[in-house]
Amino acid sequence: MRRLIFLFCLLLAAGGAGGAAPAPGGPALTIAAAADLKYVLDSLVTIFNRRHPAAQASVVYGSSGRFYEQLSHGAPFDIFFSADSDYPRRLQQAGLTAGAPVPYAQGRLVLWSKKVDPKLKGINTLLDPRMQRVAIANPAHAPYGRRAEEVLRHYQLYDRVQPRLVLGENIGQAAQYASTGAADAGLLAYSLALSPELRRLGKFYLIPAAAHTPLQQSYVLLKRAQGNAAAAAFVAFVAGPVARQALRKYGFSLAGGR
Amino acid sequence: MLPIRLAFELTPDYWETLRLTLALATCTAGLLLLLGIPLAYALVHSRGFFKPLLEAVVGLPLVLPPTVIGFYLLLAFSDDTALGRFLINTLGLSLNFTFAGILVGSLVYSLPFMVQPLQAGFQNLPRSLTEASHTLGKSRLTTLWRVLLPNMKPALLSGTVLAFAHTLGEFGVVLMIGGNLPGRTRVASIAIYDEQQSLHYPQANAYALTLLGVAFVILVLLFYVTKRDSARRLL
Repeated sequence: MRRLIFLFCLLLAAGGAGGAAPAPGGPALTIAAAADLKYVLDSLVTIFNRRHPAAQASVVYGSSGRFYEQLSHGAPFDIFFSADSDYPRRLQQAGLTAGAPVPYAQGRLVLWSKKVDPKLKGINTLLDPRMQRVAIANPAHAPYGRRAEEVLRHYQLYDRVQPRLVLGENIGQAAQYASTGAADAGLLAYSLALSPELRRLGKFYLIPAAAHTPLQQSYVLLKRAQGNAAAAAFVAFVAGPVARQALRKYGFSLAGGR
Repeated sequence: MLPIRLAFELTPDYWETLRLTLALATCTAGLLLLLGIPLAYALVHSRGFFKPLLEAVVGLPLVLPPTVIGFYLLLAFSDDTALGRFLINTLGLSLNFTFAGILVGSLVYSLPFMVQPLQAGFQNLPRSLTEASHTLGKSRLTTLWRVLLPNMKPALLSGTVLAFAHTLGEFGVVLMIGGNLPGRTRVASIAIYDEQQSLHYPQANAYALTLLGVAFVILVLLFYVTKRDSARRLL
């Protein structure tokens, strides 16, 4: 019995020591980013970390509304790349940021499907009887979901499509629904449709920018990033030519950017 | 057809996430063992009105959705509520989005998995054990430590192992209060969710397969040990 207890204690102490370690450490620069930035930011962070080995930037992807909520509760992120400008502005108003939101790109939506080519009938693809389930991001807390709803209303399809909508927690999950066939189509981010993964799997129709209010995306530095050289370096990097080219490659327009 | 390719390689992220997951499960099981023994002992020896009440509180995490636990802990840990302000301002405990925070969440989440086996263990001990010990002039604490606990090894083991294994798969609580921070709060279950959303099926598979394997091995060992132990007891 005593031996068993000692063994337990030893094991637990070892685990405890290992457990205490990760708490204060972690990467020097933690970025929260809207899920539409998944592919472009992954490639940018790889380049950035190669140039600034000490920075160890890492990105967490999710819905902008969820990050807004988490940041309001004190989540330890340094930079927040939102899929809109509204959430960063609200964080600034709440006094949680170091500086004002900075617009970095404008996003677009596509109608994406692996079953049919949406280019043939455009938005009316959604009326095809095979389109039983249509994935969008949750409009309650994902800007892309809100714009998707606007698109449906703009084409007066909302009432007919609404019963068939499946909501992803963020635009990444909506893309995952559409790409696995869990949904027959999705109103997704252009940037995700241009990723190698989704390109391989399906086809898309680029929805005219006039069908929804502009998806002006902004980032904001959080209070925590004050005096963090890595955060400043990353923001400068995002304004630079490498990042601008990558953003353009992934379908973001920079015209309204700066 | 799912676009699934399942061959994976083990990246540094994988090891970091696994280390964090194991650390969380180990700390939870260890702390729950310390908390669970007195709690189960008290439950067994309490009478009357308070016993069902206490039992219900201990058993709640079994039936509550983890998101309920996560939701209230998130409020309790943030300065939006009176309790949260007290924790932060008076005790200096800012727990949201930290390892300590998800540890507290796991303690609540896995509590019944420790306490219920221990309670059953205490209840299965013959009363004569305690009585004999008391007759010989041993204190309650000595009786507990020297007589009762050594005679309920299988219960101690299953409580610890179940609390450990249950914490390994924790998702809802960590999702709510953890914030998915790599190296700090991103445990394996969250990483699976993340990688699957990013269409990284091989990576999601690496985590899922690991959890499956660990859980299976743990249960096999547990059943092997408890079987051997009960066999020995019959002799």
